[in-house]
Amino acid sequence: MTENREFFYRRLHSLLGVVPIGIFLIQHLVVNHFAVYGEESFNKAAGFMHDLPFRILLETFIIFLPILFHAILGVYIVFVARNNTRRYGFFRNWMFYIQRITGIITLIFIVWHVWETRVAIGLGNAELDYSLMEGILSSTFMFWFYIVGVVSTTFHFANGLWSFLVSWGITVTPKSQKIATYATLFVFIAVTYIGVRSLIKFAYGI
Amino acid sequence: MAEKTITLVITRQDSPDTSPYEETFEVRYRENMNIISALMETQRNPYNAKGEKTTPVNWESNCLEEVCGACSMIINGTPRQACSTLVDKLEQPIRLEPMATFPVMRDLAVDRSRMFDSLKKVKAWIPIDGTHDLGPGPRMPEKKRQWAYELSKCMTCGVCLEACPNVNDNSDFIGPAALSQVRLFNAHPTGEMNAGERLEALMEDGGISGCGNSQNCVQVCPKGIPLTTSIAAMNRDTNLQSFKNFFGSDHAY
Ligand code: SF4
Ligand code: FES
Repeated sequence: MTENREFFYRRLHSLLGVVPIGIFLIQHLVVNHFAVYGEESFNKAAGFMHDLPFRILLETFIIFLPILFHAILGVYIVFVARNNTRRYGFFRNWMFYIQRITGIITLIFIVWHVWETRVAIGLGNAELDYSLMEGILSSTFMFWFYIVGVVSTTFHFANGLWSFLVSWGITVTPKSQKIATYATLFVFIAVTYIGVRSLIKFAYGI
Repeated sequence: MAEKTITLVITRQDSPDTSPYEETFEVRYRENMNIISALMETQRNPYNAKGEKTTPVNWESNCLEEVCGACSMIINGTPRQACSTLVDKLEQPIRLEPMATFPVMRDLAVDRSRMFDSLKKVKAWIPIDGTHDLGPGPRMPEKKRQWAYELSKCMTCGVCLEACPNVNDNSDFIGPAALSQVRLFNAHPTGEMNAGERLEALMEDGGISGCGNSQNCVQVCPKGIPLTTSIAAMNRDTNLQSFKNFFGSDHAY
């Protein structure tokens, strides 16, 4: 890294994780949730997203580049830590460790997921519709791979939100940080529910 | 009646570049012993548990009342001060190791220079030297004085750096102690006049952005310093400083 860019890059990393990536994550899972109301409803919603004006630009600047930056710096961050939960088994130290583990799992998951859906569609090997996900998730292995991937992503997002509040100096007192822990736990549960619910629908039709 | 003894298992190292080894000592028990007085026995009687003559164990200590930080070491897995750790409160055998974050000089004595260098880097002092008497400085609100006093208790012992997962040989992270000292000196009404310089030092590589919020530091600090509050407060101040620097401000000193 060039001289004294670390501060800027790390703050950018923290910001991008929430805006736009976190916002995109919620939007993505909420749109997927249309699946629960039926195949047609999902296809309509996915079609609407697909036909948004300037789609390629939106995808590049809101999704692809921010995630790429977040992932590259994130992997570096994972490797500079020497985790010590064995000696210091405090709650926040575990969260610190799990944040790094879920970061890596999420990266693997996203690469696979994008390859299997967006890239396949782009290459003309797949159609963007309900049956694409239905097909992928009909395999039990893939279903569990997606469950792990989604839960890992939502954890990384919710706990990252907690860190974001500290890194930006919003929650300074121990009390506000504690309340933020409960608030982000709620975010984790809510977003996980939205994501997992659609997976179950795609896989088992219920 | 046989004399009561205690067992010390000590990780020793003869010089900065030789490899560490363990040596066990049986030392005579006395009432109210602390780790320092147990170690002193190995000087008085430099024989290990096998009865072989050996070199006396080397360590650092100074104040003997937990204010200088020199005697920090890992005692039964926990980094703490040897002078304020009582033998009666520990499980036997007592395992002593040097802190892993710092280069070992000899046995339990480590080189904490990096902490003192950090204090220099962030200018953890108040510049008042001049050619003439400037008179009394501005006053400080009592409430602020109270929390600032807590921060001033830091003894540069290194326990918070030892516990931090981001302070290690892969990273140049400055560690919690110096971050909290910036808050202390920026809180001082005269020190505040140079607040920007200290914040800018924290915004350099290896500065505050190396913190990953594991919050181990605040759990282990023997002085109970609210390190994570300081870090979050400095996060806020460095962010504001960076905006002021970029967009421009008359308050960016
Ligand atoms: S902040 Fe606490 S643990 Fe860290 S060096 Fe100072 S006294 Fe030691
Ligand atoms: S000798 Fe000073 S802290 Fe122990």
